[in-house]
Amino acid sequence: MNAPANLKYTKSDEWFDPASGKTGITDYAQGQLSDIVFVEILVDAGDTIEAGKPIASVESVKASAEIYSPAGGKVAAVNKGLSDKPETLNTDPFGEAWMVQLEGGAAGDVMDAAAYEKYCEERAH
Amino acid sequence: MTYIPISPKERDDMLGTIGVKSLDNLFDAIPAKHRFPKLDLPTALTEMEAADELSGLANANENVRSDLISFLGAGMYNHYIPSVVDHMLRRGEFYTAYTPYQPEISQGTLQAIFEYQSLMSALTGMDVSNASHYDGATAAAEAVNLAYAQFRGKRKKVVVSPTLHPQYRAVIRTYMQGMELEVAGDDPNANLESNPNDLISQVDDNTCIAILQYPDFFGRVYDYTKLIEDVHAKGALVCVVANPTALAMFKTPGSMGADIVVGDGQPLGIPMWYGGPSVGFFTTRKNMVHKMAGRLVGETVDNKSQRAYVLTLTAREQHIKRDRATSNICTNQGLIALGTAVYLSLLGKKGLRQVAELCYQKAHYAAEQLSKIDGMGLCFTEPFFHEFALCVNRPVDEVNAHLLEHGIIGGYDLGQDYPSLKDHMLIAVTEMNTKEEIDTLVEVLSEVANG
Amino acid sequence: MANVSSTLNAKIVEPTIFDLSSPGRTGVTMPASDVPETALPPKELLRSDLPLPELAEVDVVRHYTRLSTFNYSVDTGFYPLGSCTMKYNPKINEDTCRLPGFLFTHPLQPVETVQGNLALMYQLQEWLKEISGFAGVTLQPAAGAHGEFTGVLIMRAYHKSRNDVKRTKMLIPDAAHGTNPASVGMMGMTVVTIPSDERGNVDLKALEAACDDTVVGMMLTNPNTLGLFDEHIEKVIELVHGCGGIMYGDGANLNALLGIVRPGDLGFDVMHFNLHKTFAVPHGGGGPGSGPVGVAAHLVDFLPEPLVGIIEDAEDDLPPLYGFVKPAKSIGRMKAFHGHFGGGLVRAFTYIAMHGPDGLKDISQYAVLNANYLQARLRDTYKVPFDRICMHEFVAEGRFEGSDVRALDIAKRLMDYNFHPPTNYFPLIVHEALMIEPTETENKDTLDAFVDALIKIAEEAKTQPDLLHNAPSTTRFGRMDEVKAARELVLCCWLPENYDENA
Repeated sequence: MNAPANLKYTKSDEWFDPASGKTGITDYAQGQLSDIVFVEILVDAGDTIEAGKPIASVESVKASAEIYSPAGGKVAAVNKGLSDKPETLNTDPFGEAWMVQLEGGAAGDVMDAAAYEKYCEERAH
Repeated sequence: MTYIPISPKERDDMLGTIGVKSLDNLFDAIPAKHRFPKLDLPTALTEMEAADELSGLANANENVRSDLISFLGAGMYNHYIPSVVDHMLRRGEFYTAYTPYQPEISQGTLQAIFEYQSLMSALTGMDVSNASHYDGATAAAEAVNLAYAQFRGKRKKVVVSPTLHPQYRAVIRTYMQGMELEVAGDDPNANLESNPNDLISQVDDNTCIAILQYPDFFGRVYDYTKLIEDVHAKGALVCVVANPTALAMFKTPGSMGADIVVGDGQPLGIPMWYGGPSVGFFTTRKNMVHKMAGRLVGETVDNKSQRAYVLTLTAREQHIKRDRATSNICTNQGLIALGTAVYLSLLGKKGLRQVAELCYQKAHYAAEQLSKIDGMGLCFTEPFFHEFALCVNRPVDEVNAHLLEHGIIGGYDLGQDYPSLKDHMLIAVTEMNTKEEIDTLVEVLSEVANG
Repeated sequence: MANVSSTLNAKIVEPTIFDLSSPGRTGVTMPASDVPETALPPKELLRSDLPLPELAEVDVVRHYTRLSTFNYSVDTGFYPLGSCTMKYNPKINEDTCRLPGFLFTHPLQPVETVQGNLALMYQLQEWLKEISGFAGVTLQPAAGAHGEFTGVLIMRAYHKSRNDVKRTKMLIPDAAHGTNPASVGMMGMTVVTIPSDERGNVDLKALEAACDDTVVGMMLTNPNTLGLFDEHIEKVIELVHGCGGIMYGDGANLNALLGIVRPGDLGFDVMHFNLHKTFAVPHGGGGPGSGPVGVAAHLVDFLPEPLVGIIEDAEDDLPPLYGFVKPAKSIGRMKAFHGHFGGGLVRAFTYIAMHGPDGLKDISQYAVLNANYLQARLRDTYKVPFDRICMHEFVAEGRFEGSDVRALDIAKRLMDYNFHPPTNYFPLIVHEALMIEPTETENKDTLDAFVDALIKIAEEAKTQPDLLHNAPSTTRFGRMDEVKAARELVLCCWLPENYDENA
């Protein structure tokens, strides 16, 4: 399982990059959802959002999930190209498939990579 | 009479395996004071008696094949149904099958729905069709749900043309209660002779969708291209409610730029059956397919490299998305959709066009003859398909009572929905109406006019 | 417009109706026009082409007949599909619903000319009231989910009529069908999920904590989706009523209750029926269904319009005159016209008429007998997580200690034994659920053969798990590439690109 050390993680499997303000879903999340076929970003640039509020909706072949913001702040940008290539959420969840970029984002209830890895391992059993 | 194939001995053996004494002991969890109520229902009939009872009820009706001549349409039409349609629907492998959740053993239903989707897309000029809704009215209401979801709840106004079928408008209003959307435009006192483009005055930047009918409720055919363009300029979607028979000859709503085309598939080989079941077709643009409600069949391959079909994008639907789904719908009108597919396959390119032109020709003959009657006249001058509004200059219920005495069901009383159309009836003519029937109608109405 | 299909190289088992098209063929010849010709409207209003297929009648018949043979169906085999009540569909119903008097009546005909239809509908309303213990019934909803939506609209309208507008929460157990929360989502209300206790009942503590004056009501399936009758049903209803909520019954599982208990007597306020489950209306490959709704006395005024009523009483030798009536505070219309009359109501009427009170009770007793028999024979092989006397269905776990076989694999393997699989994606609260509902119309031989197959499959799971992973292997079609379907989204086909109309 992949969880870059520079990111922060939520219990609902989103990541937040304090340096860039970007957010997305984790490798663990994409694995659980399996083949993702649809993504819709629910916020627009300029919106102010709170941590824990829905920012995206994702559908795979078998499941659907609401994605919650790991941080609060002003939306600087959304990944507009993502909806045309939802499969990148499976192939590159921490990179190309970022969802929303926050400006001055304050992380909500998050943990570091080590704690998140442990949290994922616990759920595997 | 029941259909239970367990003998008393088998029953006792099974109770023994379960470890209870009697059938009644299986129900101990049910509160004793309400257990085993005595139902006040008639005693059971045998099959022979039931067949007789049901024949009696059916014969207590006067039907439009053998008892009455009908000029009633208004959303449900008396068309010829080729014999093959029902023969296919009577195949137990089709009608006693479940929803095709197990594609390995449901390819019959799945491919038939895929073909239905293809036929409806071809007919409406749209990219994709779902596997169908309950009827035309609920399909129109689902179009509003789609539009509401498309704008993520930010646009809360629905503009409905006053010339949309009154019952469709009523259903849209019922569906919208929970969301508390504003419904505008469907004023019964609206000027019905105005240009349909005037509807644009109701469309604003809070509008998620405008809904038009084609041909409209009075049978009139307009090219909505300009109106659709103008609604798009305001950022809203357009849904066109279409008559599928008319689409065999008239320009498609798809080619006019509509975002959603829905309608009732009953004219395509489905009996009127006193109002249902019919089938609501729902077609849209490919980019809105993820927001569309209802089942959807897609092409794929199986593990033997055979072309096959599956229910796809199921994560949009209620059983997975639950309270975040666009709609709670979890059936389609499977068997009825199959019926329309068989009908369209049989009639095909030439046959369906022929049916449409027969309707057109006969309706125009009827309109011309009726408008010659003193004191009666056509209400509108625009091109029409197979229905038209006729002014009869006296209460429609009186006119229809007189017609019924002559074995004729007259037109729909437009005054019930539109105060300005008091004393007007909506007359529908299909390929089922012979010249002789039309001439009889003209004759009896002439008597009414002169009496 | 042609879609680029990447299934181009796949083997075609049955061509589509478009593949089979050939220019100039037709399956029907319509009569020539018998009226003087009118000019067609201006060309700008007409379409230039109609890209429909062209086939002769025999080709259409063979095509759809071949397709039908690719289907599993009740007429060809056992369908132990939990929550779906796939019982035998009596053939007489197919005849009665096609009587010309029913087929060829228009929904807007004068009521004097359709007294047979209206008498049937009136009688069916009365029978469903009697069977369920409710004061009013609408036949209009087109399917179970449509009935649910109707019921929730009625609940909302009732609170609104009392100016009780702060109620926005709907209580729904974790075992519920997905339609329940989806119906609530369509209303802009919020769902509060109530857990189940260790015996599969509603957790009373959690329910009590959730009951307050913001509750619209509760939507409960009883027996629930585990096939269990809630042992505290009266207490559950008392709690919901206690906070001013309305009790909604999901009638999906009514096949367990006919002549056994009436939901209205238990205190339910609203319930939808599924005529296509309980009253043997065939499922039609996924519809049409029929979902009448029954309500208690205080909700009758909110029913959809119109209902069938008696508009002139019977007199001497004259029968009553039936017609349409509008409830005083009606929520409005749910669909055009009067519900699924021919396909749903006539068949259900025939079925109820042929059963009578004793026959209806037999249905439920034998449905419950068959389910308990299967449960008793299978519980040593498949774990039954909530193991007590069940109603018309039960849920087992489709997984084994130390094996990677899943419920889905067992389901697919059952097809090789010529059985339709049980429901296996549901209920969510059981891991790898196998939800089994035999119905009352199966004989003991079939039930035994099904048990034998499941026991054999459990053995195979240990000895040859790949048999299950790769199942089905004896059916005409194998497992599908569902990812491909969803990613490539080929949703329709067209006439071939080189189709020459004038050939």
